[in-house]
Amino acid sequence: MSAAVAWFSEVGIADRPTVGGKGGSLGELTGAGIAVPPGFVVTTHAFEQFLAALEARDAVRAKVEAVDGTDLGAVMKLSEELRRRVVEEPLPAEVEQAILAAHAELAAAAVAVRSSATTEDAEDASFAGLQDTFLWVLSAADTVARVRECWGSLYSVESMTYRLKHGLPEEGVAMAVVVQQMVDARTAGVMFTRSPTTGDKSVITIEGAWGLGSAVVSGEVTPDRWVMGKITGEISVRDISHKHAKQVQAPGGGIVEVELDAADADRPCLTDEELQALRDVGRRIERHYRRPQDIEWAIDKSGALMLLQARPETVWSAKEAAPIAETPANPLHHVMNIFGGGRR
Amino acid sequence: MADAAKGFPLPSSLKVVPGTEAAQAAYPYYTQFVPEDDQRFWFYNSMHFPEPMHHFDMITAEAAYVAMGAFNTRVHVLPTVKGIHHRIINGRVYIGSEPVTDPDDIAERVGEFQQRAFYYYEHWEDLYDQWKVKMKTLIADAQALPTPSLPAYEPLETVHSGKGVAANHNLLDIYQKQIEGYHRMWHHHFEFLLLGYGAYMTFFDFCKKAFPEISDQAISRMVAGMEAEIFRPDEEVKRLARRAVELGVDSHFTDGMDIDTVLAELDRVGNAGKEWLGELETSRNPWFNVSSGDGFYHYHRSWNDDLSLPFAALPGYIDKIKSGTNIERPTAQLIEEREALVADYRELLDTDEDRAAYDQLINLAHRVFPYVEGHKFYCEHWYTNLFFNKIREFGALLRDHGFWEKEEDVFHLTQYELESAIVDLMLSWAIGGEARGPSYWPAIVKQRAAAIEEWGKHGSSPALGAVPDLIDDPAIVMLWGITRESLDTWLNADSEPDSNELKGFAACHGVVEGPARVVKSVEEISRLQQGDILVCQVTNPTWAPIFQKIVAAVSDIGGSMSHMAIVAREYGLPAVVGTGTATRRIKDGQRIRVDGGRGTVTILDDEPALEDA
Repeated sequence: MSAAVAWFSEVGIADRPTVGGKGGSLGELTGAGIAVPPGFVVTTHAFEQFLAALEARDAVRAKVEAVDGTDLGAVMKLSEELRRRVVEEPLPAEVEQAILAAHAELAAAAVAVRSSATTEDAEDASFAGLQDTFLWVLSAADTVARVRECWGSLYSVESMTYRLKHGLPEEGVAMAVVVQQMVDARTAGVMFTRSPTTGDKSVITIEGAWGLGSAVVSGEVTPDRWVMGKITGEISVRDISHKHAKQVQAPGGGIVEVELDAADADRPCLTDEELQALRDVGRRIERHYRRPQDIEWAIDKSGALMLLQARPETVWSAKEAAPIAETPANPLHHVMNIFGGGRR
Repeated sequence: MADAAKGFPLPSSLKVVPGTEAAQAAYPYYTQFVPEDDQRFWFYNSMHFPEPMHHFDMITAEAAYVAMGAFNTRVHVLPTVKGIHHRIINGRVYIGSEPVTDPDDIAERVGEFQQRAFYYYEHWEDLYDQWKVKMKTLIADAQALPTPSLPAYEPLETVHSGKGVAANHNLLDIYQKQIEGYHRMWHHHFEFLLLGYGAYMTFFDFCKKAFPEISDQAISRMVAGMEAEIFRPDEEVKRLARRAVELGVDSHFTDGMDIDTVLAELDRVGNAGKEWLGELETSRNPWFNVSSGDGFYHYHRSWNDDLSLPFAALPGYIDKIKSGTNIERPTAQLIEEREALVADYRELLDTDEDRAAYDQLINLAHRVFPYVEGHKFYCEHWYTNLFFNKIREFGALLRDHGFWEKEEDVFHLTQYELESAIVDLMLSWAIGGEARGPSYWPAIVKQRAAAIEEWGKHGSSPALGAVPDLIDDPAIVMLWGITRESLDTWLNADSEPDSNELKGFAACHGVVEGPARVVKSVEEISRLQQGDILVCQVTNPTWAPIFQKIVAAVSDIGGSMSHMAIVAREYGLPAVVGTGTATRRIKDGQRIRVDGGRGTVTILDDEPALEDA
């Protein structure tokens, strides 16, 4: 695939090299029949075309490789220069046309523009979070501008320093960008399909707050928290917190934080039915990927549940799974765990 | 670690309630606390004995601990724990275990245990089939015992047949056979029980390691049997409701009906009524031999002795049948759900090795569970009911000879005193003179009745003595729901009396609010209204028919495998068990919230609401 733009329905996780982790995951979920807000990916081919145009005028990658990563002043100066160029210099016409055409076809009143790095969400989890997400982008022109900013984030001080420190070659550095219909979230949050505290795969942990999920992900609002049996649906923990504010659409685009009155702040942001719906979708995604997942979700004002992101859980999965019990030749020896006094 | 500063009262600090000293002293000497008992940890067995014990009923504890200890200590040879000590004060039964701590002793006992217990596990089905035969024989023997009586003269047959034994000897014979049979029943009871619980706990333990946050109820649901005898009495009530509708006699069954009148009417109204009465007889034998209590007290009468409970449930079931509501137990669906649960958890395991162990353990748990669920019907219900009714016959005989006023007064005597009263009667019949009993027992009966009443007014500490670090006895953890955590909760409950929240075991999930109906004994069951939340010390499967009326259940005592938990799950009724203090802290009529998934009960009212205002 070498197109500048790919629809979610056309891609899957195997396309990560060209659509990035986030784009590949949203494509995979769409293909698996999970409700995902519709959208497309501006692929790494688009980025490569743009980068070629930039390089034609002045070096980009060579400059990054040449800078002394320990010289913060030099890195900052280079970052400023490269980000300005990414935002200001002309886009190849075919790339711009492809984005505008796809935006028109999507026909969304507002979109989210989210960076989808080819390394992000993958083996190098610590690289995640260095890229940007823009919410409530209202026009086609703004969408193109935000795509450029996402690309520009590859040349942020943190991003470049990280690559220099780890000796990652610039040659492979590329970024895809996800453009998808904005969910007017009533409630949003995250879900882990195992326990973050014990690693237990038989429970699902859900955190949520009013408004956009950005408030939860960024930690600006203490979310409500539930723990439920993955298989039984029993809700074993209900921590309803004081959610002092929520993030919503700002007039003219972007997001703004609004204070909540006491009644809303202390009210659970999900019903039991919604929790069960989340559990169902969490199980489906886990079954699809055959491993525990870290999921971002939102429920819109009409009550529809949408998935915004799913990636493999990394912390517990990285641990060696020790056998729980030996399998003795005579299964009856198991009971000695209880009767033999060797239980504790 | 045990908190030295925070403990329960020492046994030696407990006082006999003033005025009841003589009644206390009448319990056997080996059940009285002595100073050395301060060294041991005790807890109040309010699961089995929530009310002060009549002196005769004490045999239920004695026979059970004689048998349980024998199997633990000498038959199966459990490696780490032997039998159970029991003490009685103010009518309350305290128990403490006898642990094995010497590593050499444990090692020796491990060897013994493996050749004994493993034999049982390997031959479980055959041995259990044999067990049922033994129990049915024992029951038949008890049913065959004649009603004790003393004729004015021996029938001529005694002479003609050269029998050589007079009627007064029969009294002793019947009594001793019945006592012997009761002890034998308790031995049978413990023949499988600890091994069954242990196999279940092994699976439980594995699940807790594999899934640290799994709920007890999820594990229990994976193991639960579907054809267990404990569900059968309620099934029979449903069947009778269905038959009443089919036969067109359902209009006779109304809330608050007089049962004798209804039975007489049905006998009069022709074939349909008579046919229903025939169905009733079919259900009664044997399925109405269930105690409306746990079977541990003489006044826990069976449905056969008092039809109130099944009849109280009939109108509700009839209404549901007529309105097309399905009241059938969806056995096929329950089995399907259980199998799906087992498969779904299995799928979450990481390795083939874990899956192999899981398969072995669930298989063993499923094999042993029919006994764990089924034994109670034969032992605590059917046999115990026969036993207490036989003692009632002696109560009536001795009453007729002036020993006391009422048949029930017999239960104020210990089993040993009763034997002496029987010998007194045998002597007087033989002498042809007056018995001493009529001038001896009435005052004692009166004194003991007063003591029972007095003791009932006094609460009792849930435990005594220093809290041990480990509570290893699988029976204690499983049956009584006593763990370090629950002891800590009980200790803290007393130090935080203002908290509106009680913690217990999550027995069946669901969140419900409603008025609390605090039911302290079986006789109060009729106070339950549609929509109430049952708050009780402990309940048992025979309360199942009234589960259709209530919206949730809360108990003081019970673990995840207690019968309330099993039945609540079966009926999908939110329940919290093992709260320790619910009947003391919740007032009748208060609104409460039961969260059966979290195991919490919240008191919503500060003051009790007016009843039926």
